Amino acid sequence: MIAENVVFGIIAAAMALGAIGVVRTKNVVHAALYLVVVLAGGAAQFILLGQEFVAWVQVLVYIGAVIVLFLFGIMLTRAPMHPKDSLDNDLRWPAAVTSLFLVGILVGLLVHTFHADKVDVQRPVRTADVTSSIFTTYIVPFEVVGVLLLGALIGAVVLARKD
Amino acid sequence: MISLDVGWGTTLAIKTVVVLGIVPLTALILGYVFLLKMMSHMQSRLGPMDPGGFHGWYQLIGDGIKFLQKEDITPAEADRRVFALAPAIVVLSTFLVFVVIPAGPRVAVASLDSKSAFDGVGVFYALAVSSLSVIGVLMAGWASSNKYALLGALRAAAQLIAYELPLVLAVVGVVIQTGTMSLQGIVSFQQNGSLFGWSGLGFPLILTQFVGFALFMVAAQAELTQPPFDMPVAESELVAGYMVEYTGFRFLFFFIGEFGTAFAFAALAATMFLGGWSVPWVHGTAADFLGPVVLFAKVMFVAFLMFWARFTYPRFREDQLQAIAWKWLIPIALANILATGVLKVAF
Repeated sequence: MIAENVVFGIIAAAMALGAIGVVRTKNVVHAALYLVVVLAGGAAQFILLGQEFVAWVQVLVYIGAVIVLFLFGIMLTRAPMHPKDSLDNDLRWPAAVTSLFLVGILVGLLVHTFHADKVDVQRPVRTADVTSSIFTTYIVPFEVVGVLLLGALIGAVVLARKD
Repeated sequence: MISLDVGWGTTLAIKTVVVLGIVPLTALILGYVFLLKMMSHMQSRLGPMDPGGFHGWYQLIGDGIKFLQKEDITPAEADRRVFALAPAIVVLSTFLVFVVIPAGPRVAVASLDSKSAFDGVGVFYALAVSSLSVIGVLMAGWASSNKYALLGALRAAAQLIAYELPLVLAVVGVVIQTGTMSLQGIVSFQQNGSLFGWSGLGFPLILTQFVGFALFMVAAQAELTQPPFDMPVAESELVAGYMVEYTGFRFLFFFIGEFGTAFAFAALAATMFLGGWSVPWVHGTAADFLGPVVLFAKVMFVAFLMFWARFTYPRFREDQLQAIAWKWLIPIALANILATGVLKVAF
């Protein structure tokens, strides 16, 4: 277990540094690239937990598609190489309070839900198990999310159409 | 029976050296056989004949050495770190795909199979890491601080996003039919299958998944930004697209990335649709030695088809290119998945 904890710590530190980079940098493109580090760290943590399928979903969907759409959108509108004005605004203290509040909720929820459950990291989780739990135990939330995405898609088409 | 008993550190070192050596080698082979010789002969000329003595086989190696000694130029206005990192990311995604391609029952750098051969996520992993190269392309185009490069990168991003969907969806049919995402599992399904009771050739999945094969080949061609899908690097309007500012060694990285990925996609197609390393009647250790040869022959055949299309058709317009992906390939891929699923349940 020690080795897993050490690796977890290293990856978590890299993710934290990447996250600080996202909010500290003055260049929007650099912020998106730092976000790649954070998301890749997330994928690495999933592998550490034996969740191979989820890890590669993270790589394919978030790094391979979402970040690319971010970069595409930024570069299509404006992506100055040497931005003159800072991206910061005056809301530092409200932001700090909000993020502390969010951390509190998340930590509380995780501890409350999982308590002292041990994850068996020696045994990778089979993809078949992941899919069968999606399509049996969690079928209703899964379908609800599908309908929500369809609604968002149709909404985007309606907003974007000129006629 | 050969068995090597070495520690995991040595194994890791050997595997790393093998992958680092094979990827540039495959890029050289494809570049020489198809780009230099086949294209020349299709255009009624000879191509390089002098370097190396025999049909100019040394030409590309010479080109590589020439690239190494060129000046490494970074544009004054460029974002230096991103500019330097971009070719490495493109080539990294190529290296990562090679890791899972099996060349024999036990010849694979990493099979990603956990317990049995049917648990792995090999196909999914290969498609996921191959999508990383888009990030490198966008970084290269933006960091060059050049309008042509940025336009090329934007075109590349729009194209790669659009064609990633049919590429992934084309593979789903294979996964449904074999019931596994492991490349070894897919190969053994094809080797152990039989055609109406006759098991002489096994059961190459191209017979039932021909639609998937065709979709995969078209989408792979677009993912490689090869003609007729070469809007991102259209030389008559964008000079060289996102790699316009790159020289010397960094340009060589893009070259290795392009041709190495072509080989990797051809190997994935050969593994998923043509039986991969499997040889009829050959099992065990013999298959470990014969497998790489057979796989290489199949890969060269698939690559021949890709480059044949590359040298034959003129470039698509940007709107045609997007229409093909969204209005044709994706609906056909979804219909293929539906048909495969229905037939799988029916039989």
